[in-house]
Amino acid sequence: MSKRIEVEDLDVYYGSFLAVEGVSLDIASRTVTALIGPSGCGKSTFLRTLNRMHEVTPGGRVSGSVLIDSEDIYGSKVDPVLVRRQVGMVFQRPNPFPTMSIRDNVLAGVKLTGGRMSRSESDELVESSLTGANLWNEVKDRLDKPGSGLSGGQQQRLCIARAIAVKPDVILMDEPCSALDPISTLAIEDLIEELKNDYTIVIVTHNMQQASRVSDRTAFFNIAGTGKPGKLIEYDDTTTIFSKPSVQATEDYVSGKFG
Amino acid sequence: MNAAERGRSGRTADRIFSGFATGSGALVVVVIGLIALFLLIQAVPSLMANQANFFTSSDFSTGNVEELSFGIRDLLIVTVLSSALALVLAVPVAIGIALFLTQYAPQRLAHGLSIIVDLLAAVPSIVFGLWGTLVLAPAIVPFELWLNGTLGWIPFFARGNVSIEGGGTIFTAGVVLAIMILPIITAVTREVYRQTPRAHMEGALALGATHWEVVRMTVLPFGRSGTIAASMLGLGRALGETIAVLIILRTSATPSMFSLFDGGYTFASKIASAAAEFSQPLSTGAYIAAGFVLFVLTFIVNGIARVVASPGEGGKINWRNALRRHR
Amino acid sequence: MSSVVRGARIVHTVSGRRKFVDRFARVLVWLAFAVAIVPLAWVLYTVVARGFEALLLPTWFTNSLQGILPKEFAGGVGHAIYGSIIQALIASVISVPLGIMVAIYLVEYGRGALARATTFMVDILSGIPSIVAALFVFALWITTLGFDRSAFAVSIALVLLMVPVIVRSTEEMLKLVPMDLREASYALGVNKMRTILRIVLPTSLSGIVSGVLLAVARVMGETAPVLVLVGYSRSMNYNVFEGNMASLPLLIYTEFTNPYPAGQLRIWGASLTLILLIALLNIFARVIAWAIERRRA
Repeated sequence: MSKRIEVEDLDVYYGSFLAVEGVSLDIASRTVTALIGPSGCGKSTFLRTLNRMHEVTPGGRVSGSVLIDSEDIYGSKVDPVLVRRQVGMVFQRPNPFPTMSIRDNVLAGVKLTGGRMSRSESDELVESSLTGANLWNEVKDRLDKPGSGLSGGQQQRLCIARAIAVKPDVILMDEPCSALDPISTLAIEDLIEELKNDYTIVIVTHNMQQASRVSDRTAFFNIAGTGKPGKLIEYDDTTTIFSKPSVQATEDYVSGKFG
Repeated sequence: MNAAERGRSGRTADRIFSGFATGSGALVVVVIGLIALFLLIQAVPSLMANQANFFTSSDFSTGNVEELSFGIRDLLIVTVLSSALALVLAVPVAIGIALFLTQYAPQRLAHGLSIIVDLLAAVPSIVFGLWGTLVLAPAIVPFELWLNGTLGWIPFFARGNVSIEGGGTIFTAGVVLAIMILPIITAVTREVYRQTPRAHMEGALALGATHWEVVRMTVLPFGRSGTIAASMLGLGRALGETIAVLIILRTSATPSMFSLFDGGYTFASKIASAAAEFSQPLSTGAYIAAGFVLFVLTFIVNGIARVVASPGEGGKINWRNALRRHR
Repeated sequence: MSSVVRGARIVHTVSGRRKFVDRFARVLVWLAFAVAIVPLAWVLYTVVARGFEALLLPTWFTNSLQGILPKEFAGGVGHAIYGSIIQALIASVISVPLGIMVAIYLVEYGRGALARATTFMVDILSGIPSIVAALFVFALWITTLGFDRSAFAVSIALVLLMVPVIVRSTEEMLKLVPMDLREASYALGVNKMRTILRIVLPTSLSGIVSGVLLAVARVMGETAPVLVLVGYSRSMNYNVFEGNMASLPLLIYTEFTNPYPAGQLRIWGASLTLILLIALLNIFARVIAWAIERRRA
């Protein structure tokens, strides 16, 4: 259920402005990869190209290719909508659908894409997704209540449950904990540790401690100056990045000299 | 890619829906064009058969199709006078109310009080027409007589072509129009004043200015173009107001004398007055020609309002929000 | 500003003139508000005082004026109430989907020249006087296409008047839906149409509904279209495509020339009925918006 990702020479544009330049990296399946770097370096922009969300922004386009299990998701015949069923995403601020109950939120991805299931099948899916997100025990008695009644950390786990209910191969997380309190953050980090057994995970974070706790490999992005494109500077095992990085800029960033 | 496993994306339906959406947007543009087109098409034959000068004649006789003679001179004068009077009366009051609601009224009450002003907008124009002619007109006749007596040497206040005592003057109509356009000018102006940046106001206050001076230095200049836009919208409404004016204004046999105490018709009320008898294409066309002029006038006025309304610093102020209750 | 230096301190006093101006401005502003209240209260008082007696007639809301003489105060305005409601209803059936679609276009799809032209034209459309809209429908529907005057023609004119109101209020509501929600839906692999129809619209539903009801309340009182596009009838007519039909504004206008006290009572009674109907719609709009939001919480 999880796949490897190969990015080849990807340039990311907003209209004619080059935001991220020449990224190439490989992500193995069932790993957690962290993307770190100072604000504005393009890590979130890059993340959003992995599920073709970048084009939702007006003027967003890319050149280069992103292969998921050797198939280019930017191929000419590929439907972006289908790509997004394969690559799920969790956002910075939890965003459960306000008009739906917890149960309907979890099922939203399946129901809205035309899936039909019997009552028992959907019950099963709800339970397994919520269990997979470590939320089942807390909400199993109030599945019909609106999702907005939950705390921030619970809402984010609900969003994760919603994302895994469509059985993606890859899960992208864009600073999933930055709007949460420390306890919820740890809960999510534990969850990521479990999820990695089934999914390939790529997580953007500006919290370096989180990156070092949670990820197997880390990619450091940097930007030369405002108006210049962001670039991938170094990509290596997490332990290496944080102890003996090869590039000076990486060393400076992880030791807190800037960013 | 396992596309087959993941079901169809509904691409065709998505495309069709997108087409519908774009189509409805285009439809709106097309409709405006159609309105202009159809009005013109129906008006041209009558304009060609017109024996009088369309712009300078005071006649409007469409009874005999062989001798069509119609002109908009009087319509224009009456329309302009009544709308101008309405603006002159309504804009200062609207500014005052907008200031009241945003700067002077106790904040807890402001919402409730603004609802009261919006209630004026809920009264239909025919009711204003009834009230204007049966109740208000007799009540302000003494005032009109006084104006005529004291300021009668100014052409605007001289004796007109209807009796002042009868109450069916442009003056009465203008007052009622002012009341009718007050809500729309107030609503937009209020929205604009409400968005005056606090920083500006606090800066003025810190300089030791009185409340009024703060308002004069910050709120009024910041809201200037918004107020102009609001006034244009009010003007547009006044120009097009039909039934209240139709009921209030008395008709006269003599041409307009540029006085506020004239009677007559505006573009809108003239058309409405003959509406039940639109039978002959050529005679109907005369009225449609008048309608086309009205369409152009309101198009221009509303266009100006749109163009003017990007005031203040920091981009467009959202004044359309205020227009939701005011067509 | 006069400054008085006392020892080492400078004391500024606000001059009497400035204080006066400040007070005067305050008085003017309060006065302005009063000036708005006076006509409102006066109009409402007049309508209620002169019209409420008519509403006490047992047949007022149910019967028509069929067979009633001008000087007789009997029968009712049921036929006019029906006419007003049915014309507005048919107009709504057409203008609501159309208006919502235009709003969706402007918020979710619109880029470039067509979107700018559309939003400009919506503003123009909202400023078109009802008499011009009525003339256009006359020129198109009746003269060119050859149909007869009917209540349906009135509805078409009402559509032109309602659409801009619905577009603007729907647009506001759609813009309030955070981009986050749309992105969450896209990220699940839901296409744009379904995202709009199943996520964005339901989230903004309460605002859209109250906007629609407000648009209806606005056109209920329009007299110009009914003058131009349909004939008056004293009896009940259920057919919107044929024949004359009454409506409250048309009834008021026609009965205005009735010199008898019965006629006067009828017009004020009808005015009061019309205002009550509009007020009811406004209240209903708020109640529905509140109810939809409550169900969500």
